[in-house]
Amino acid sequence: MTSPATATPAIRVSDLVKRYDSRPPVDALRGLSLEVARGECFGLLGPNGAGKTTTVEILEGLLPPTSGTVELLGLSWRESAGELRERIGVSLQETRLSDKLTVAETIHLFRSFYRRGIEPDAALDLVGLLGKKAARVGRVSGGERQRLAVATAIVGWPELVFLDEPTTGLDPQSRRQIWDIIDALRRAGHTVVLTTHYMDEAEKLCDRLAIVDAGRVIAEGSPASLVLSLGGPHLIEVSATRDDGEELPLERLAAIPAVETATRRGGVAFLATASPHHALPAVVAAAEGQGYELTRLVTRQASLDDVFVRLSGRHLTDPREPA
Amino acid sequence: MTSQPSQRTTPATPATPHDREAGHAGGGPVLPQISERRTGPFAALLWSRLVEFWREPEAIFWVYGFPILMVLALGFAFRERPPDPPRVDLVPATTEGPAATAAAALLAGRAEAAGIVAGERPLAEAGERLRTGRVDLVVEPQAGNGIVFRYDPTRPESLLAKARVREALEQAAGREDRLTGEDLLLAEPGSRYVDFLIPGLMGLSLMGGGLWGVGFVTVEMRIRKLLKRFLATPMRRWEFLLAVMVSRMLFMIPEMLLILLFSRLLFGVRIFGSPLAVAVLVVLGATTFAGLGLLVASRARTLETVSGLLNVIMLPMWLGAGVFFTRERYPEAVQPLLSVIPLSPLVDGLRGVMLEGLSLAGVWPQLAMLAAWAAVSFAIALRLFRWT
Repeated sequence: MTSPATATPAIRVSDLVKRYDSRPPVDALRGLSLEVARGECFGLLGPNGAGKTTTVEILEGLLPPTSGTVELLGLSWRESAGELRERIGVSLQETRLSDKLTVAETIHLFRSFYRRGIEPDAALDLVGLLGKKAARVGRVSGGERQRLAVATAIVGWPELVFLDEPTTGLDPQSRRQIWDIIDALRRAGHTVVLTTHYMDEAEKLCDRLAIVDAGRVIAEGSPASLVLSLGGPHLIEVSATRDDGEELPLERLAAIPAVETATRRGGVAFLATASPHHALPAVVAAAEGQGYELTRLVTRQASLDDVFVRLSGRHLTDPREPA
Repeated sequence: MTSQPSQRTTPATPATPHDREAGHAGGGPVLPQISERRTGPFAALLWSRLVEFWREPEAIFWVYGFPILMVLALGFAFRERPPDPPRVDLVPATTEGPAATAAAALLAGRAEAAGIVAGERPLAEAGERLRTGRVDLVVEPQAGNGIVFRYDPTRPESLLAKARVREALEQAAGREDRLTGEDLLLAEPGSRYVDFLIPGLMGLSLMGGGLWGVGFVTVEMRIRKLLKRFLATPMRRWEFLLAVMVSRMLFMIPEMLLILLFSRLLFGVRIFGSPLAVAVLVVLGATTFAGLGLLVASRARTLETVSGLLNVIMLPMWLGAGVFFTRERYPEAVQPLLSVIPLSPLVDGLRGVMLEGLSLAGVWPQLAMLAAWAAVSFAIALRLFRWT
């Protein structure tokens, strides 16, 4: 990253607050800060209602923040809105493009908005829709429509692309196709900001991500480093009870040397470890030596969901709790 | 991804994302070529509105089919046909006398000449028929010369019936007319009801097309979050709003031509003034109602809201702007108000040019009023307009 264009980060946001003046007032964002480097694919991961869409809409200049500063490509919305619009591309959640237009007409329309960009056919080729050029938008599948939405976001060949929940509601095959497109965009040098509540998506696509909950960033880093922050890439799930119904105390499990962290949730102890081959025999010994019966013993790779659970006490897919 | 014919060659191109693969051996992915745009946003937006419209069979019907059907239906309904003769019930006389004799003569064959439809019915039944509007006048011959007329003085047909019956009874009773009269009937193009009606229907169509076409369509696009999506591009807002309005105007031109053509061929309706003046009024009228449509749609977030608002606006104009009958029928007090509602100057202007042969200069008050409505609605609409 030596070119002058990379001197400033793609996005720099600090202390973003968004309060909706409803009754009662809703604080969608409560001091969110993040920085996105040029050329990276950055993910905003969080459950529904965490404030992901509010964040990207403020970044996209569609929503004014209540307070806080936003800088995109070294520019601010207040001073350089016109230039920023030319240099970013956006795919919103739930936009319904006109059913009566064809795929080609839709992309031509969006191309006309940008002074410079790629040929409409090139954009369709990038998302694999060249063969559907003549089809009406109303007659193509949900996955194809979503790919078209991505094509409208990149036809101006923007430096910065925002994709808000690009795969929500899609079948697995369509999700794969969108993933391939995002990967190609990143490889082509675009900075991509992606919101999602799917951890597999964030893990696969993002160089770095911010885990968002209740309007704040609760963790930030590469998917691997976030998982490692639990204490190890492996997770052991343990349930053990005695005849009198008492559960194996968590402290006993936490005391095992190979176990980095231990948490309990819903009767299950989650033990993070870097070396399951050392931890497992100790877990078994701790349970059986004390007369506890193991009812559950599972070893698996730790995921971003585990990180989220650890930090918020909830799963990514849980409904939002009252703030 | 690799089928792109050309490689990006200028790393300094500002619209190009910086290339993080640049240092990789063997080069990064083949990148599409950057080019300047060839079509401007206004042209592209206008074109897509036109294309969308043509692919919407319902819209075609409402814009073109419905007004023409209305011209046909109303034109034929009011086509050079005399009004229905008033209906009169005569109550059988109980005593002899000149009044009873005259009434009997009227029933016996003078009714048609008198221009009424007459029948004999007992008082109770006739009274009931009068009350329910099935008959316009009840006539009761009394003893001697007396005649009692029962009618509702607010009904023009009743007044006409009374005058005609009175005349016929007087004649039957032996009145001699001193003067002779000759009827010269008005049937020239330009003075018939259908001539009056066609400019009114043109105004109605321009109103409906502008209000629904702009109001409904923009709210629908707002609901689909398409407005928000457009806002996220460099597209300028006025280009979008102008494209929606101009597209609507372009739809209206063939519609107006069709209405004029049909009314000319079927009813001989002519334009006495300059066709250019009609064109100016049509374009200004379409603009005004497009602006009002935009105003109505500026805040609405549901189709129900915008439909309700549009109906609230359109109903007084249907009734009060003098489309089907002149505004003079309304009380004096409300006439200044009725003459400024936006459809009134449009219809008045069209009638002035088409029927009275006025020039553009002759309809300047109407043009000024329309322009004022257009300017005010645009100014407010642009301020209030909600994109998200």
